[in-house]
Amino acid sequence: MMNRLTTGERQAAMVLSGMVALAGFAMAIVGRGDPMGVHGWITLIFAGVLFFLVGNVLYGPEPTEDRSASYYDDPTKVGILLSLFWAVVGMGMGVWVAAQLAWPELRFDAAWSSFGRIRPVHTSGVIFGFGGNALIATSFHIMQRTSRARLAGHISPWFVLLGFNLFCIIAASGYLMGVTQSKEYAEPEWYADIWLVIVWVVYFVLYIRTLARRNEPHIYVANWYYLAFILVVAVLHIVNNLAVPASFGAAKSYSAFSGVQDAMTQWWYGHNAVAFFLTAGFLGMLYYFLPKRAERPIYSYRLSILSFWGIVFFYIWAGSHHLHYTAIPQWVQTLGMTFSVMLLVPSWASAGNALMTLNGAWHKVRDDATLRFMMVAAVFYGLSTFEGSFMAIRPVNSLSHYTDWTVGHVHAGAMGWVALITFGSIYAVVPVLWRKETMYSWKLVEWHFWLALAGTVIYVFAMWNSGITQGLMWRTYTESGSLAYSFTDTLVAMHPYYIARMIGGALFFAGAVIGAFNVVMTIRSAGHQAPQLDYPTGSEANEPAVPAAE
Amino acid sequence: MSVKERDPLSGHETTGHEWNGITELNTRVPRAVWFFIAVTHIWALVYWVLMPAWPLVTTYTKGLLGYDDRERIKQQVLTADAEQAEWTRALATLPAEEIRQDAVLMARVEQTAPALYGDSCAACHGSDAAGGPGFPSLVDGAWLWGGDAGTIMETLRVGINAPHPESRWAQMLAFGETGILTRPQIRTVVDYVQSLSGLDTEAAPDRLAEGETIFAENCASCHGENAKGIQELGAPNLTDDFWIYGGDDASMFTTINLGRQGWMPAWEDRLTVAERMALTLYIQDLGAEQGE
Repeated sequence: MMNRLTTGERQAAMVLSGMVALAGFAMAIVGRGDPMGVHGWITLIFAGVLFFLVGNVLYGPEPTEDRSASYYDDPTKVGILLSLFWAVVGMGMGVWVAAQLAWPELRFDAAWSSFGRIRPVHTSGVIFGFGGNALIATSFHIMQRTSRARLAGHISPWFVLLGFNLFCIIAASGYLMGVTQSKEYAEPEWYADIWLVIVWVVYFVLYIRTLARRNEPHIYVANWYYLAFILVVAVLHIVNNLAVPASFGAAKSYSAFSGVQDAMTQWWYGHNAVAFFLTAGFLGMLYYFLPKRAERPIYSYRLSILSFWGIVFFYIWAGSHHLHYTAIPQWVQTLGMTFSVMLLVPSWASAGNALMTLNGAWHKVRDDATLRFMMVAAVFYGLSTFEGSFMAIRPVNSLSHYTDWTVGHVHAGAMGWVALITFGSIYAVVPVLWRKETMYSWKLVEWHFWLALAGTVIYVFAMWNSGITQGLMWRTYTESGSLAYSFTDTLVAMHPYYIARMIGGALFFAGAVIGAFNVVMTIRSAGHQAPQLDYPTGSEANEPAVPAAE
Repeated sequence: MSVKERDPLSGHETTGHEWNGITELNTRVPRAVWFFIAVTHIWALVYWVLMPAWPLVTTYTKGLLGYDDRERIKQQVLTADAEQAEWTRALATLPAEEIRQDAVLMARVEQTAPALYGDSCAACHGSDAAGGPGFPSLVDGAWLWGGDAGTIMETLRVGINAPHPESRWAQMLAFGETGILTRPQIRTVVDYVQSLSGLDTEAAPDRLAEGETIFAENCASCHGENAKGIQELGAPNLTDDFWIYGGDDASMFTTINLGRQGWMPAWEDRLTVAERMALTLYIQDLGAEQGE
């Protein structure tokens, strides 16, 4: 893999990893006795291993291939594998967290295994570890192919991918040590946040530079979405994490915002993390892999434009619907609610565009589990965006807020939409990347599909029942005007649903394990196939051409 | 290079661009999409006109309906309070015996107290009020400070070992740690106390006699000469079969060696007098039901 790098690039990689290792060492020194010190050692080991891996082949032969005649897929391959690794870790943690809610003894009386610490390991593990790696990997893949240009650089893709994973490791290990900013989905402390900003800016520059050297006159829709994802996540991340460290030697900071401003900033971030991390990027995946797999043209370019601009414009306003009936002013809630409702049509336009694209390919959906993953993902995208707009309506929210309905809604989106489109994309892209004819076993893909679908349906139904039961019990009054149920009464009522939820999650997790196994076996054993037109070509001809800036 | 093609299946033209084999049709946006965009946007506009919606420099558009969340919730609380005023005032002012005679008031208590108990008391005393390790049972008829309504009301009000200025205060001394009793003495008195509640200690009579002496010299001042406890001091009865901290050898040794100091919050600032009265009557009834 590293023999595709020139000696100069290997040197640059060594300098970079050496600098990161030194930074880690400095953190370990100034942060000794604090979780920050542990993170320093983790950084030192992570970058140190890279340093020696590259150093080992520093004097190896120069690459002989014509690099302009091929796409640079090594970071994509590693990204796909990392994504599957985090899927197993994050979803496994999810099953454990779910089991703890049904049987609290499963904490085993340790601090690190308490619900409050392993829940963010689950959420960050699946959102950033699984989803983030899949987004980075597929964005590299799609951007090169829809631009017919090789990645703009050979070090920066690695910096983005590995730097992002270092962030994920620091985040997850920090949670277990009790490090948190107490901002949902933005828990990591200040030094991890600064590191992510650096990684993300490099990602943005890499994306723009690669697009700039494209051999296509137009930028494909998938890239609009990926670009929106990269750009807006940078803005969200920077603003929400503005904070003053209590000390430069400790993992503790204070937010730049206070009170309702802090809550509003956090949920502006939180909601648009859903919008631009968990939706825009994955729509990019959908827009490439679905038509590719179905071999059908996108149903309507005009609908793509309408939904893209609708989604990016309306989503940004909707965050305050997370704070209905709280201390934020009512007019802010009004805006959050109305924009959420206006958001519905552009969202459904995307889902509809995807499903209409399948016209003429429905027999493939029947026969091909990979395409079926994508089809069902689009259905769940439509379902959860409808549910989201519905729950943003204040009177509905007064029932659903703080209940398991919210958890069910999130998982309809995360499992049904995000994870299914990701798995579908992985099954589509793995044979292409590793030059195989098919996946190792199509039967295992079928198994994965049905396990994932059954798991999602069980999970979501359990949480709908639990959430609505809970919400109704909370608001039931006796004739005397006093509460009819105590909080513990609602816990008793929810217990069976918590068990069902854990079973649904376990099925989904089992599917992910099967998927990871299938991918590894595909790489190891399935037959070889020469690439079909999967390299940068000139705009008129099918022969390889030199990408603009190489 | 931009070559438009007609898709044979749908009959629509492509846009003429192609990316890695992917093309797009130039299909018109379906009418239904425009229709629902119109519906949602008109609805939003109407809502903005009627409700508080857009920020201005120092204020915001109030909306034609004059609807104000804060005002509304204030009104709702006032209305709810007014509806409850009659019976909550009765609960807060009448003596417990009189409330018990009033079926209407007792119906209010039965509707109000269970959720109140579940949210305030069950976390420590258990949802069945039978207590647990460290927390006394409320249904066994054995009261640390007394089980009449007035005493329970006072315990609820000020708490036990709580930060309330008038809090009830009780402490089991750490007889072992402070050197008052030696370890063999503690074991001896444990055997004696266990024998009081009919636990089989298998101790010889002279050992029990020695334990009795130790008890009389050290324990009786709080627990009483007959070991039946003294409610004015909050000292528990040692002759019944309920043990807050456990009646086995190891637990009792720990209790006497290191002492105990339980804690119950003061509810004066958190529950109204009427709510505390409802809880008192409810707990008394629970005990009576289970006693039967």
